[in-house]
Amino acid sequence: MTILEKDIDKLCALARLGLDADERSAARTDLERMIAMADAIAAVDTSGVVPLAHPLDATARLRADEVTEAVDRDAFQALAPLTHDGLYLVPRVIE
Amino acid sequence: MTWDVVIGLEVHVQLATRSKIFSGASASFGAEPNSQACAIDLAMPGMLPVLNADAVRMAATFGLAIDAELPAESVFDRKNYFYPDLPKGYQISQFERPIVGRGHLDLKLPGGGVRRIGITRAHLEEDAGKSLHEDFAGMTGIDLNRAGMPLLEVVSEPELRSAAEAAAYFRQIHVLVRYLGICDGNLNEGSMRCDANVSVRKSPSDPLGVRTEIKNLNSFRFLERAIEHEVARQIELIEAGGTVVRETLLYDPDRDETRPMRSKELSEDYRYFPEPDLLPVVLDTAQLDALRQGLPELPNAKRARFERDLALSAYDAEWLTSDPDVARYYEAVAATAGDPKLAANWVMGEWSAAMNRDAARTSPLAAEQLGRLIVRIKDGTISGKIAKTLFDALWKDPNKTVDDLIEAEDLTQVSDTAALAALVADVIRDNPEQVGQYRAGKTKVLGFFVGQLMKATQGKANPQALNELLKDALAEVRDR
Amino acid sequence: MSDFRTLVEVASALDAGTISSVELTRDVLSAIADAKSLNAFITVVDERALAQARVADDRRAKGLAAAVTGIPIAYKDIFCTRGVRTTCGSRMLANFVPPYDATVVERFDAAGAVMVGKTNMDEFAMGSSNETSYFGPVHNPHDPNRVPGGSSGGSAAAVAAGLVFAAMGTDTGGSIRQPAAFTGVSGLKPTYGRISRYGMVAFASSLDQGGPIARSVRDLEVLFGVAAGFDPRDSTSAELAVDPARHKPIDALRIGLPKEYFAALGDRRVAASLDTARRWFEEAGATVIDVSLPNTDVAIPTYYVVASAEASTNLSRYDGVRYGHRCEAPQDLEDLYLRSRSQGFGREVKRRILTGTYTLSIGYFDAYYLKAQRVRRLIRDEFVRTFADVDVLLTPTTPGVAFPIGAVSDPIEMYQQDVFTVGASLAGLPAMSIPCGWVDGLPVGMQLIGPHFGESLLFTAGDAFQRATDWHTRRPGRKP
Repeated sequence: MTILEKDIDKLCALARLGLDADERSAARTDLERMIAMADAIAAVDTSGVVPLAHPLDATARLRADEVTEAVDRDAFQALAPLTHDGLYLVPRVIE
Repeated sequence: MTWDVVIGLEVHVQLATRSKIFSGASASFGAEPNSQACAIDLAMPGMLPVLNADAVRMAATFGLAIDAELPAESVFDRKNYFYPDLPKGYQISQFERPIVGRGHLDLKLPGGGVRRIGITRAHLEEDAGKSLHEDFAGMTGIDLNRAGMPLLEVVSEPELRSAAEAAAYFRQIHVLVRYLGICDGNLNEGSMRCDANVSVRKSPSDPLGVRTEIKNLNSFRFLERAIEHEVARQIELIEAGGTVVRETLLYDPDRDETRPMRSKELSEDYRYFPEPDLLPVVLDTAQLDALRQGLPELPNAKRARFERDLALSAYDAEWLTSDPDVARYYEAVAATAGDPKLAANWVMGEWSAAMNRDAARTSPLAAEQLGRLIVRIKDGTISGKIAKTLFDALWKDPNKTVDDLIEAEDLTQVSDTAALAALVADVIRDNPEQVGQYRAGKTKVLGFFVGQLMKATQGKANPQALNELLKDALAEVRDR
Repeated sequence: MSDFRTLVEVASALDAGTISSVELTRDVLSAIADAKSLNAFITVVDERALAQARVADDRRAKGLAAAVTGIPIAYKDIFCTRGVRTTCGSRMLANFVPPYDATVVERFDAAGAVMVGKTNMDEFAMGSSNETSYFGPVHNPHDPNRVPGGSSGGSAAAVAAGLVFAAMGTDTGGSIRQPAAFTGVSGLKPTYGRISRYGMVAFASSLDQGGPIARSVRDLEVLFGVAAGFDPRDSTSAELAVDPARHKPIDALRIGLPKEYFAALGDRRVAASLDTARRWFEEAGATVIDVSLPNTDVAIPTYYVVASAEASTNLSRYDGVRYGHRCEAPQDLEDLYLRSRSQGFGREVKRRILTGTYTLSIGYFDAYYLKAQRVRRLIRDEFVRTFADVDVLLTPTTPGVAFPIGAVSDPIEMYQQDVFTVGASLAGLPAMSIPCGWVDGLPVGMQLIGPHFGESLLFTAGDAFQRATDWHTRRPGRKP
C-alpha cells in the first residue's frame, strides 16, 4: 500500500494534526509500514465471524435517571485556556 | 409543468429525562452557561458515559407507538468530527444498529384523507452544546449545557410530497411524543428540531433528484416556509438549465431564504465505529411487554373514541385530542359534568379562550370545578349567563368552589313560579305599549320582556320557567 | 535508603508497631529524592503524603487499619488525582490538575494507602520503553543505560528500585507486564472489566485495564483486592464480585504451554529460564501440557489496528478548548486545533492517531478495523477453548531482556515487544508477569495467563513459584 501526499493531507485534516516537513515524510513511511504490518490480517479466514467489539459478551447496564453530578463551573473553568462570563472562548466560528 | 416533490424528515426529539443521556448532570433548561456541564459532558480525561435507563425506555415506547421493529440488541457508535461545541470530538450516536427499526405513521393529510408514511428508523444520540456567535472580542462562546442532552432522531422515508405534508407530519410527531410523555414538545426551547431532505423531479417515475438538506428547523411554520422556498429554488434552478448541488443549507426565517452552511463545506468522513465505552443495549420481551401494557391511548384512538362513544363531531374530537393535556382536561371535565357535548363546548370555548388570553401552561381552574359548574347549569341551579360570570370568578380564585360562590353571591336561579309570576305581572302592567305590539303579532317583543325580567332578577331567573310564565301571561292579556 | 520489603511484610511491621506510616513515608520520600536520576516520577507530593500517613497512623491506632493502610504507593500518571497534576506523560496535559479522583485512587484512599506521587510513563501509554514520555525516559534500576519497558515504566522502575512498595499501572497491550519483566518485579493485568476505568485517561477503551505492580504475587493479590470491584461509573465494569479464595492447589493445576509462543521466542537464554520454570511446575505436581494458539502470529497487527483506531478518537477531546495545551494566538479555529494538537502530542501519539484515522476511514474500515474485530474474536475464542483443557497458560513475557535506551528507534520493531502480551489483551484475559530468571545481569519474566475472571489461578501458580524461588527478591546492584 502506497501512501500518497494527499492521503496524509486528508488524514491530517480529519485528525486536526499539523505536521512539519520532517514529520510529514516520516508519517508517510511509518504509515506505509504500519499498514503493511496490518495487512497480515487479510490472510486470516474470517468468513462468518462476527466482529468482536468487547472482549466479554456483556450487555449494557443502565443508570437510573437521576441527577447525580454536581457542577462546579469555576473549578472546571479554572482549567480552561480562555473563558468569558462562563463561556469557553474559541476563535470566531462561521456557520 | 408540475413537479414531483420528495421530502424526508429527520425529527430530533429531546427526551424528557431528568438527567442527561450519558451523565448524571441536570437536563433542565435555561441554566447559566456551562452550569450544567459536568466532567463527563466536558469530556474531561478519564470520564466515561453510562446510559440513562429512561432514555432507553422512552425510545422503546416511541418504537411501540409507531409499530416499529424493536431489535433485541442495539449498539452505540462514535460519529467523529471536530467542532468546538462537541467536547469529545465525537458524538455518541447509533449508526448501524438503531434502537428502533422500521415503523410507520398514519399521516392525516392536510387536504383530507390518511396516508401511511414509513419511518425508516429512530436512534438515540447525545446533543451537542451551543456556539454563541455574539461578539466576545471577535470570538465565539461555547455553552455546553446542552451537550449530552438525550435525543431520539426519527428518520422518515422520503414519502412526503409537499411542504404542507411535511409540516403536518412534524405536527403529528409532536402530538405523538407529547402523548407518550417522552418530550415536552416545547419548540421555543428547541425540544424538537427538524432537518428536511428535499429534492424535486419531473415525474414520480423518474429517479430521485439530487437532494439538499435544510438544517435545524424549529417551528412548523419555518419548516413549511423553508421547504416551499427550497422547492421553488430547485425548480427555478433546473428550469434555468442548472443542476442542484448536494449541500447543507441553513434557513434564515428573517430573510426567508436558505443559504449554504460554511462549516459543512468539507465533506466529512465521520469514521463511525462501535463506541467501546458502552456495551450493546438489550430490550427483552418482558420489558417490551410491560411498556406495551403501559402505553397511553394514542391520538388516533382517542379521537375515534370521542367520536364514537362521546358522540362528538369530527371537528370537536380532532380539536380536543390535538394536545394531550387538553384531552386529559376535557375528559376530566366531561366525567364530572356527565355531558360530553356541553363539556366540549365549555372547554373549546370559555376555557380555551381564558388559557390563550393568559398564555397559561396549566389550567388554574381544576377540571372538576369546571365539570361541577356544568352540572349546576344542567340541573337548573344557575343560568348559562351566570355560569360565565362564575367561570371568570373561579378562574381568578381557584380556591373557591362552584357551590360556595353560588351560595355566597346568591346566584341561585329564581325558579319559584309564584315569585316570578308576580314579577311577570309587574312587567306586563308597566309596559302596555310593548304588550300592544305583542298582541299585534310582533312576537319578537318577547325578548324585551325577558330582558326586563332578567334585569329585575339580576339574571337569576330560570329562563325556561320565565318563558313559560311570560307566554302564559301575555296569552291571558290577549285573550282578555 | 531503598526499602525492598514486600508490601505484606511492611504491613506486618506497621501492625507490630515497629515503624509508623509517617516514618515509612519519610523514608520513601527521601529514597525517591535520592533516586531522581531514574526519572521514575513526574510528580512527588511530599506534604500531601505525610498528611495521609498521619491520618493512616491515627486510623491504625484506632484499630481500623486495612491491608494497605499507611503503605506508601504510587500511581502511574494516567490515573486522575484530585488536586494533583495528572499529565499522562504528555505536554498536552502538562498542567492539568483534575478536579476528581479515579475510582482506583478513591478505593486506595478509602483503604488508607498513602500516595507519594505520580509515576512516569510513555505518552498516553503509547510505547514499550518509556522513551515517548514528554518528561524524558525512565532508567532501568538494574542498568541505568537500559529502558525499564513501557508504558508503565516509571511504576515498574519505582517498585524495582525500592522507592515504593507498590504502584498502580495500566496495561493495554502489555504495559504492566513488559516493564514488570524488564525490571524484575511482579505485575498483574486483571480481566478486562475487573478494575474501573473511571478517571483513568483512555488509550484504547476496549483493551485498557488498570493493575498493580509490586514485589511479590501475594502483594499483587492484596492490591488487586483493593482495586478490583464493580463501579457503576464504568459501563464496562464487571458486576462479578471478587472471590478472595484460591480454589485449586498447585498440584491440581493444569498448565498449558502455547507452542506458537515458544516457537516465536528467539532468545535461547530467555527460553532456558522459561524451561526451568516449566520444570519447577512439573516437579510441584502440576500437569504441564502443550497447547496451540494458531492465530498468535496475527495478534500484533490485530492489536495495533484496534488500539490505534480507538486511540485516534479517544484523543480527539484534546482540542485546546476546555483544558490542556492551547497554542499561542490562534488565527482561527482550524489553526487552534492544528497547532494545539501538533504541539501537545509527541511523535508516537501522532503516528497512532494517523494510523487509527486511516483504518477507520471510508474505504479502509472493512479491510482493517472490521477485519481486526473479526480476527479478535477468533483469537479470543481460541483462548477460551484452550481454557477448557488448562487452568493457566505459561509463556514468556517478552522476547528478550531490557534493551539499551535508544536502541530500538524503529516503531514497527518496537511493536514486536508486545508479541507475547497482546493476545491476552485482545481476549480480555487476566495475565501476570513474574521474574523467573536472569540474563546478562537483567531480569527475565514469565507470563501466566488465566481464564476470564480467573485471577485466583494466577495467584495460586505465581505464589507457589515465588515461595520456592528467589528471583523476585533480587535487587538492582546485587547481581548473583
